[in-house]
This record gives sequence, C-alpha cells and structure tokens, in this order.
Amino acid sequence: MSQSSLTSRIDFETRPDLYRHWTLSFDGPIAVLAMDVQEDGGLSSDYRLKLNSYDLGVDVELADALQRIRFEHPEVHAVVVRSGKERIFCAGANIFMLSGSSHALKVNFCKFTNETRLAIEDASAHSGLKFIAAVNGICAGGGYELALACDEIHMVDDGSAAVSLPETPLLGVLPGTGGLTRLVDKRKVRRDLADLFCTIVEGVKGRKAVEQGLVDKVHPTSRFLPAVMQRALELAKTSDRPTSGPGVTLGPLGGEVSDQGVRYSHVTLVVDRERRTGELTVRAPREPQPETVEAIVAAGDGYWPLRAFRELDAAVLHLRLNEPEVGTVVIRTEGDADAVLGVDRMLLTHADHWLVREITLFMKRTLKRLDLTARSFIALIEPGSCFAGSLFELALAADRSYMLDDPERPVSVALSGMNAGPLPMSNGLSRLQTRFLGKPDFVDELLAETEPFDAPAASDGELVTSAPDELDWDDEVRLAIEARAAFSPDALTGMEANLRFAGPETMETKIFGRLSAWQNWIFQRPNAVGERGALKAFGAAQGRPQFDWTRT
Amino acid sequence: MISHELIPNNVNLSSNKRLQRALEHWQPRYLDWWREMGPQGFQDYHRVYLRTAVSVDPDGWCHYDYVKMPEYRWGIFLTPPVKDRTIGFGDFFGQPVWQEVPGEFRNPLKRLIVLQGDTEPASVEQQRRLGQSCPSLYDLRNLFQVNVEEGRHLWAMVYLLHSYFGRDGRDEAEEMLERSSGNEDKPRMLEAFNEPIDTWLDFFMFAMFTDRDGKSQLMSLAESSLDPLSRTTRFMLTEEAHHLFVGESGVARIIQRTSELMRQTGLSGDVRRVGGIDLPLIQRHLNFWFSASVDLHGSEISTNAATYFANGLKGRAKEDSWEDHRALHGTYAVDVFENGVGLTRNVPARNAMNEMLRDWYIKDATAGVERWNRILERGGLSDRLYVPSRRFNRKIGIYADQHFTPEGRPISAEQWEARKHEWLPTANDKAYLKSLTTRPVFEVGQYANWIAPPSKGINRQPLDFEYVRTDE
Repeated sequence: MSQSSLTSRIDFETRPDLYRHWTLSFDGPIAVLAMDVQEDGGLSSDYRLKLNSYDLGVDVELADALQRIRFEHPEVHAVVVRSGKERIFCAGANIFMLSGSSHALKVNFCKFTNETRLAIEDASAHSGLKFIAAVNGICAGGGYELALACDEIHMVDDGSAAVSLPETPLLGVLPGTGGLTRLVDKRKVRRDLADLFCTIVEGVKGRKAVEQGLVDKVHPTSRFLPAVMQRALELAKTSDRPTSGPGVTLGPLGGEVSDQGVRYSHVTLVVDRERRTGELTVRAPREPQPETVEAIVAAGDGYWPLRAFRELDAAVLHLRLNEPEVGTVVIRTEGDADAVLGVDRMLLTHADHWLVREITLFMKRTLKRLDLTARSFIALIEPGSCFAGSLFELALAADRSYMLDDPERPVSVALSGMNAGPLPMSNGLSRLQTRFLGKPDFVDELLAETEPFDAPAASDGELVTSAPDELDWDDEVRLAIEARAAFSPDALTGMEANLRFAGPETMETKIFGRLSAWQNWIFQRPNAVGERGALKAFGAAQGRPQFDWTRT
Repeated sequence: MISHELIPNNVNLSSNKRLQRALEHWQPRYLDWWREMGPQGFQDYHRVYLRTAVSVDPDGWCHYDYVKMPEYRWGIFLTPPVKDRTIGFGDFFGQPVWQEVPGEFRNPLKRLIVLQGDTEPASVEQQRRLGQSCPSLYDLRNLFQVNVEEGRHLWAMVYLLHSYFGRDGRDEAEEMLERSSGNEDKPRMLEAFNEPIDTWLDFFMFAMFTDRDGKSQLMSLAESSLDPLSRTTRFMLTEEAHHLFVGESGVARIIQRTSELMRQTGLSGDVRRVGGIDLPLIQRHLNFWFSASVDLHGSEISTNAATYFANGLKGRAKEDSWEDHRALHGTYAVDVFENGVGLTRNVPARNAMNEMLRDWYIKDATAGVERWNRILERGGLSDRLYVPSRRFNRKIGIYADQHFTPEGRPISAEQWEARKHEWLPTANDKAYLKSLTTRPVFEVGQYANWIAPPSKGINRQPLDFEYVRTDE
C-alpha cells in the first residue's frame, strides 16, 4: 500500500455479495468461511496478494463476515475457517503491503486485525460460537495467528503442511496479531519450545505440531475435511444459540462522508483539520424504543443501540484510518437521557436473549475500539447531553471529562446497570472499576445511586475531571483542547495507552500493550525499515539485510 | 464591594462578571494579608500622602492625597493597546499578538506571571518593620508609596491570573497570599525575597538593585506575545521608575551626608564617630544587593529562557533595538569560567537570553553607581564606589560553586571564608546601622543625622511637608 493510499478513504462497510476474498456458506449449524484472496484485489495496486496473503481490505471482509454470522445467522453454532485455495491456508499479512505502508497505516492495520481476531475469541467465549481452523497447507505468520484465534486448529498431515511464525528469522519483525501471546498464554506452549518455533522459518509439521501444542489435531488428506466438519458439529452442540432464525440483517449505514467528516443518523464526526481536532457526537433515541424482545427483533438493525453503536464503530474506524492528523476529539452526546436509560433497562432485563446479548457484546467491542484508539478524547458534558448509562461509558472512556456547572442550565449524568459490568474494558474490568481501582467499594456506592448526578454531585463522585462554571467553561474547554492538540502525538499515544488500562493484564492487554508496543518500535527501526533493513531486503535483489547489532 | 469607585480600572470591571466574581473572593483576602503582612504600626491611625493610579492618561495618570493605607484604592490598569501590534520576536515573529492565552502556552505563561507576581507582595513583607526606624516622614512616605504600589503590582498579576487562567489562575492568586517572605513552610518563590530588609540602607539598596531587576524582568515581559501581559507590565513600569528613584536617591543622600561628615572629620574616613555611615559599609551592602540581584536573572546558559523566547512568551528588554528578532542562528558572547580560567564562549543566542538581560542590567546599574561617585567627586573625595564583578558571590549559574573576589579573581574556599567579611555586610555593620535608627524621626521637616535631606519634595511639596499624618 503506497503512502498516497492513506489519502484515499478506506471504507469499512461491505456485505457478502461484495466480498472479493472470502465466501461465506452455511450448512445447518455450521458456517464455512473460506479465504480465497484475489491477488489483484488489494487496496493498492503496488502489491499482489499472493498465497492468500492479506491486507486491510481482506480483513475488513473477515470482520464483516463475523458480524453477519453473529447477527444474521443465530442458527449457526460453529464456524469453520478454511482456505479456498489448494495446499495454502494463509501466508499472513502481505509483506510488500507492510514495507510500503506508512507507520500510521501499519499500526492501524495491525490494530484492526487484532480486534478482528479478538472478536473471534469474544464470540467463542460469550456468544456460543465455536471456531475451527482447517489448515490445509501453508500457514505462516498472520495465517497461523488467524488459526490461533480459533478454538481448535486442525491441520492436514500431508508431509508438507506446517504452521510457522517466520517473522523474526525472515523479516526482522514480530508476528503482529497476537501470535506470540497466544502461543504461551492461550495454548500454553512451553516458552522454550515457543522460542524454537518462532525462529524456524519453515515451521513445524504433522505429529510434532500436535505434540508441541501448536495445533490440536492432524488428519490425513483424504479424511481432512470430513473430520473437520464432524468436529465442528460436535462443537456446535455446546452452543446456547437458537436452533433457527430469524436473524437481523445488518443494512448499510448510509453515512454521508465529506471533507468535514462523516454523518450518520445517530452519530456525527466533524473534523477541523487546521486545528487537528474533531467533534464526535452521539445522539439518544428520538423515537419510542421497543418494549419487548419481539419488538427488538422486529426493529432489527434499526434498534437504537445496535444502530448507534454500529455508527460509532464506523466513525471511530474512519477517524483512525482516514483522519490521521485529527489528534484531539471532543465527545458529546445529545438527547434524552431517560430514553438511553430505558434502552439500558431493556438490554439488562433481556440479557439472555441471543440478539440482546449480541447487541451488548457489540457495544462492548465498540467501546473497546474507542479505548484503543490512539487519539486524545475529551468528553464535554453540556446542557442537552445524555451521558447516561451506556452512553456515560463514553465519558469514562475519554481521557478527561468536563461538566458544565451552571445552576441556570443544569446538566446531569446518570449510571445504570450497563456501567456495572456488561461493557468491560480489555483488562476485564468495567470502566468504573478501572477508574476507581484503589477503592472498589466506591464503585458500589456510586452504582447504588438511582438519581442522576448534577455537576457538584458528579464532581464529588469523581465521575468527571472538572466541573467549571459558566464563567470559566469556554476558556477551560478551549485551553484544554488547544493545549492537548499542541503536544507530541507520539508522546500522547504512549501516555494515554499507559494511563487508560490500569488494573490486571489479560491476553488482550498484552497484545495491545506489550506485543503492539514492541512491534511498533521495531517498525520504526532501521533494522526493519531502513534501506538495508529486513523488511526492505525481503524479496529484493539487494541480498541480506544489514543490521545495527547493538542490543538495548 | 467590587466597584469601579473602589477599584480604579480601565478593564471594564463593571461589566466583567468573571473578574468581579474572582475579585469578590480574592479582595477580602488581600486586605487581610495587607493588614497582617503590610507595614506594621501604620495601618489604622496614619494617613499617608500617596499617589494613586487613576487612569492611563500619561499627563494625569495619578493623583495625590492623604490615604489610610488599608483604604488605598488598588486599581487595575493596562496601557492602551497598540493598534495591529504583532509579535516582536521568536518563532511566531510577525504574527498578530494574542488577546487570549493559547492553550499550548497556558502553563509556562502562568508560571511566568506567578513568578513575577510572587515577588511583589514579598518585598512588602520584607520591609514591613522598616517604618519603625524611619529617618524622616519624607522617607516613610516613600517606603509606603513603594509598598502600596508593589501591592498594586500584585493586583496587576492577579488580574491576569483571574482573567486568563480560569480556576487554576484563581488558585494561584490565592496561593500568592498564602506564601510569605521567610515563612518556613510556604516561603516566597525566589530566595532573595525571603530575607527581611531591616535597615534603611538595605531598603535603598534593594530599591536600587533588586527593583532594577524587577524593571528588566518587566521590560522583557512587556515584549510578550500575550498582549494583556505586555500592556499590564508596561503600565507597571510607569510606577517602577519611582521605586528606582527612591533607591538611588536614598543611597545618594546617604553618600552626600557621608561625604559631608568625612570633611568634618578631616577625611579620616572614621565617620562612625560622628554618626555617619562609612563608605566601606556602603560598598559591602552594594556588593551584597548587586550580586543577589544579578542572580535573579537566572542561569547564563538556559534552555528555559530559550523556550520562552522561541514561543514568544518573554523577550529581551527593548527588543526593537536588536537586529535579529528570531535569534535562531546567531550566537552571543558569554563569559564563562572553566578549569580555573575565564574565557568567552559563543552560545546560541536563544540560550543566552538571560545573559543578554543581565548585561543590560549591569550596564544600567553601573551607570547608577557612577552617578553616586559624582557626589563623592563633587565633595572633593578620592574614594569611589564600584560595581563588583558578575562572578562575585553568586548562588545561581555558572559561578555558583566557586569563589571570587569582587574584582572577579578566583580564590579558594578558605580564602573566601577568611575575607568575605571585607566584602559583604557583617553582623557588626548591621548592629551599627540599627544603632543609628533606634529612634524614628517623625518630626516634620527633620532628617536623621546619617542621611541628607532630599533636594526637593514629593509632588512639588516642600521638604517640611507633613508626608505622614497621625490621626488624633
């Protein structure tokens, strides 16, 4: 992908009939996701996607397919991830795409692909969807990492199919989508065996791969697919999803994208490129919302939380990939807080219903996406806002929040059960728990409060950073935004990533913290991206990479 | 309580809700501070003939009248704006000046203003007991004039904090009343402002040398891109001139008297016999206050100063007189002392901003000392006062860890210990000065024996004018 391709907008919306690289087919409770990447179908014509290697465009389709299985096909209980090509599963992220990408694009590509793989695991853990990777051949780097995200890895035992993480020996970088973390944390591969594995370009085959825990099972070529399908049916039996539909079709969002930003029905992102700031606004439902589960299913993708959070998700992705210089984003909400709290009540009351569960899980993933977005967020809580319950999570996700304290124009925030656990961060804690890490009892006190918090109460309850009065408001807010926009973007990214995720480590925090931070460091180093660096040297005629041998 | 009537101003106080609200809270605390920390013993029963700033009209900016000091009308004045003023130095050279604080520079600007503001009440605190030993009503009035105007300069800085720095600014304004000179727990920010000024010679020297640093700092802030800061400090400079006059003329009158007494004593120099202040004692005080004030200009090579300059926050005195307003590529010759050898280094100009200001200051102070020497010359004396080397007695900067004679010659720590009493005020000096002023001179038209009367009175009033009145 060339530098210039950053200036052409990346679209995250697609649907199965537009897929170029994946086919999605259904057989009773089993969905089969087959990867058959079109070599000339990359986002840029600067590289060819050989050997089922992928770029962001391929992964956007995968992410879309996963969403559709969850929402549109409740009768699906297990998913087989396979290849549409002979003797090739997936060769990972396309190296020429990576070596030609800007740093920002590399980072956001990795972030998005990581989120997609974590969504697979989220579906397995919470949605009653199990995943099997059917490895029929070359399974290298990001290909093996995709397999690692599945519950089980089945490989053909044909004497040549192997799994590998060749990034270090071959490319001088890391496997960037959680492979290292999942080897030792998820599959519990012994660290010295993992070390050995990660330095062998050709990888590990057959029985040995099973013995080392790198795959779960190998099958002879002749019995491979039937065995995989058999196992998928077994796994499907463990699901608590409905045995039949109807599902909910995810229609197009129909956003209006312009130079000033993007506008959806419930979400708007307006950017000011000169000031490098953005304004993200989420609006509460304006129409009466369903009062029964049946009405929610009937409302489908028009149901406010699903629609609003899909729009929010799209706006955040647009911000990440298409507005790289918009570094400071103000978050506002507009509308009736009671309407938001009403929706929260429905979501909590019917949490066991498959669709309500999917909507809540999707809200959770969207908010995590916001947490993991390397921009400064400042929530402004002003008259007419509705930072209540699930929308108050936006204020909690922000790096700072300012609430107007004006007795003439009162404004309040409110908590709901949605703040008590259904929308955890990647550290496994709720945003309130993370905020008050040192005083867990205080979280319970706050959650016990059934009335909204006015500005002094929100300030006392430490729910907002600052509550300036009407005389100070304009200046405080202006200065906060201006000051933020002037700091080094790199230092802010590092600072925010360190401050946002207090509390325990999870596989997710390790992937987005340790793995990504080291990978992003390596991506900046001459040993990877210099003229004679390993990424540049790969496949070029100039021969072996030349390293600066200094270790830190 | 907050009204145009009581607070003369040209900042539309009557329609500025934010400022009114901030002052409503702050002003009572300021008055409490003034009563507690201001001039001791002259608060309630004395009326002082003081000038009060009432406008920014150069021809009539102040008026004179008797005032009880707690009722002084501390006002808020900014020199009228220069039309289309542009930034005069640094990276933003040529762009329009800022009417609001840019968020990016909020904290460094606040820091500069707080640092400047903190010195103003500090000097009032340092001088609070001096009235009890005054040499005349004229001098007593001058002391109080300086004190109330330092109080107004605090107001000027607080105005900026209240108007442009939101809640943080209000907190900082409060803290300026909580710190106090010499307080163990919450001292004033700069060390030179934590020692009491308990003799009139110290007071005059302070007004001569330390207020002159105040002047050069104000001149550099007057160049600031933040227009309200520039305009505020330009008006403060109007008042600061009188403070420097009090200092310079005070010492001059002592020298005048000393020279008269020396002639009476047959030029023996032993003027203490007749109740005068000897020249070596004066020189030691000059050495102390000059070196302490030179320290106030900061490190010779400073990244902070470079950043302030680059961002247009604090410039050089009289920036117009410099050729290169960006100072990006030039160098400045800075005297340094390395491995026992004094030499000159070419330092990138921006890093040498403190030294440029210090050079301006030393030149200005030296000219003042030369004017003192002319008194000795006119008195037929061969003795002369001198300005010590900038290396002498430094606590800040590149000379801080070494010892030098007043001529700038390096000496060992042992030599310093053995000889410092020759160069810096001693306990004996202090005791002698205090012995001269055990009884204040409150009689109209009378002057203490150790100081000559001024050549003219204040506001064309005669020398025997009752500058400070006592209520019955």
